[in-house]
Amino acid sequence: MPRGTRALESIARWFEERTGVTQALAPVMAHPVPRRTASWWYVFGSATLALFALQIATGICLALVYVPSADQAYQSLRYLNDQAALGWFLRAVHFWGSNAMVLVMTLHMIQVFLWGAYKYPRELTWIVGVFLFLCTLGMAFTGQILRWDQDAYWGLGIGASIAARAPVIGSAIVHALLGGPIIAGRTLSRFFAVHVFLVPGILIGLIGLHVWLVLRLGVNEWPMPGRVVDRETYRKRYEEEVHKDGVPFFPVAARKDMVGMSVVILAVLACAAFFGPYGPNGAPDPTITDASPRPDFYFLSLFALMALLPPWTETAILLVGMPLAIVLLLAVPLIAPAGEKSWRRRPVSVLSVILIVLVVTTLATLGVRSPWSPIMDAGTALATPVAYVQGRTPLQLQGALVVQNKQCRNCHSLGGEGGSRGPALDGVATRLTRDQLIRQVLQGGGNMPAYAKNLTPAEVNALVAFLESLRPPNQSPARASFTPRPATR
Amino acid sequence: MCAEHDSLTTTSRRGFLFKLGLALNAIAAALVGIPVIGYILGPVRRSAGQEWIKLGVVGSFPEGQTRLATYENPFRVAWDGPTAKIACWVRRIGGEQFQVFAVNCAHLGCPVRWFPQSRLFMCPCHGGAYYEDGSRASGPPPRGLFEYEYQVRDGQLWVRGGQLPTLAGPV
Repeated sequence: MPRGTRALESIARWFEERTGVTQALAPVMAHPVPRRTASWWYVFGSATLALFALQIATGICLALVYVPSADQAYQSLRYLNDQAALGWFLRAVHFWGSNAMVLVMTLHMIQVFLWGAYKYPRELTWIVGVFLFLCTLGMAFTGQILRWDQDAYWGLGIGASIAARAPVIGSAIVHALLGGPIIAGRTLSRFFAVHVFLVPGILIGLIGLHVWLVLRLGVNEWPMPGRVVDRETYRKRYEEEVHKDGVPFFPVAARKDMVGMSVVILAVLACAAFFGPYGPNGAPDPTITDASPRPDFYFLSLFALMALLPPWTETAILLVGMPLAIVLLLAVPLIAPAGEKSWRRRPVSVLSVILIVLVVTTLATLGVRSPWSPIMDAGTALATPVAYVQGRTPLQLQGALVVQNKQCRNCHSLGGEGGSRGPALDGVATRLTRDQLIRQVLQGGGNMPAYAKNLTPAEVNALVAFLESLRPPNQSPARASFTPRPATR
Repeated sequence: MCAEHDSLTTTSRRGFLFKLGLALNAIAAALVGIPVIGYILGPVRRSAGQEWIKLGVVGSFPEGQTRLATYENPFRVAWDGPTAKIACWVRRIGGEQFQVFAVNCAHLGCPVRWFPQSRLFMCPCHGGAYYEDGSRASGPPPRGLFEYEYQVRDGQLWVRGGQLPTLAGPV
């Protein structure tokens, strides 16, 4: 044996004699797990853990430079992006790592839910997992605030406006959240402490508990239809099977975990290198009112929901619906602690997952486009399509100017360009008669403001003349129902 | 040997010492905990957050127009940086008659923008719209824009503000 190796071995022995770490951990690493759980489906938990470790490492690095002060935070982020050696890369890794952590953790949650892993005796493992999920979303929100740009500032405003809807204590919650009466220096310090000390501490503690529970209760076996969980017999049967037909966690199952962990980390590094860091987007100056704040992707679905819900249901859904959803998530193992584990025999569970995933992804996709938001610079930035000014009368051309100048296109598109809050104006003359157009413009309604006070009669006349010309040549204009049909020849 | 174990609840000296340890720790925990909670909830004070602030001379706001005005948060700290500045929309109806609106949308607090041509405030987030007098025109806002209390003193326009306007605490 070469000398160097022998020296290393003797050092290892020296440490082992004193710490006993190998002796203590070896049986833990080699503990038997059900053979079929050495599967690619079981890698999401460890992958989430790897991402958490990555977040801690990059987070500590960022804290070496980041200044958690409202007057310097933005500049220190710009410095990280542009000047600090590899600062841009670490910011990018932290950002993409956070996205990946939310995503992979969600996959882990869906997998353990579909595999029935929350049933007896692993109820507490699930409940701790739900808290881990909530803490991770908390990290996502507070991290977004530390970016201290316009999105952060107005994002805080949105958070505070939601909290303010709580009856009686709304104002107290807002002030406690912001660390003062308004979003300012004390707010950032507060969110920094929460993001860097408080929630990570809770996360580390809960992860310890979560992993301890997994080790103590064993990895959930691969569910088989008909193998029903029974409190009386479950644990005995599990032990028997694991000892008869189990494989050691290390290295048999751990091999795939190791590959999974490295794949997600490499994917994050690749995204970071390729796409770079995100933000900061615009200095956090609240007097710049042409900001169009958008949340990061994990809150896009909520953002979309707030635009699409009937306004009168919003407060109820925010204050009752969301806490209820969390309670329901926590109560899953208490509602169905025993019985079938296999997804083949749990149609309601499978449908719930499909429904929730569809709803959240649909809302998030809508959130990216946010068709309900007016295009704030449409009046000045967009050109009137040439086809809509060719061959028009002077009056109609004046109307085209009114459409442009009165910001109609903030909400209505013309030739595919403009907002989509209201219906497109192309072909509006096939849907509304002259009288209906006038009434709609003057009185508004159906989400449109009334323009009676903001338009002169001459402007209304020109506008309606232009709108009446907006129809394809082969389609007849809209007719009021009482207008007699022209006799057909 | 046995005597060392049996004394947790008995009235022996060791039992007393154990109870004393528990009690002292409970007192210490309370003495640490109460100030900590008081410190964390320190910012929660009802009346704080309102002060008269000078916005500028009346003449700088043309009659019949709505202009953006900015002021410094009266409760600012030295490290507030750009966030110490607050914006509001000032509408001078005529003479000494004003309306001063918070920029924060009454729906979820995004910054509303004034469009003088169509005489509307529009919100970029969820599409709320308000008329020039601040009343709700369309979209999800549950009410009109938040309006500051104002005063004209010695040719200067003053508003009462300093806290984030929300449904729980309008300015």
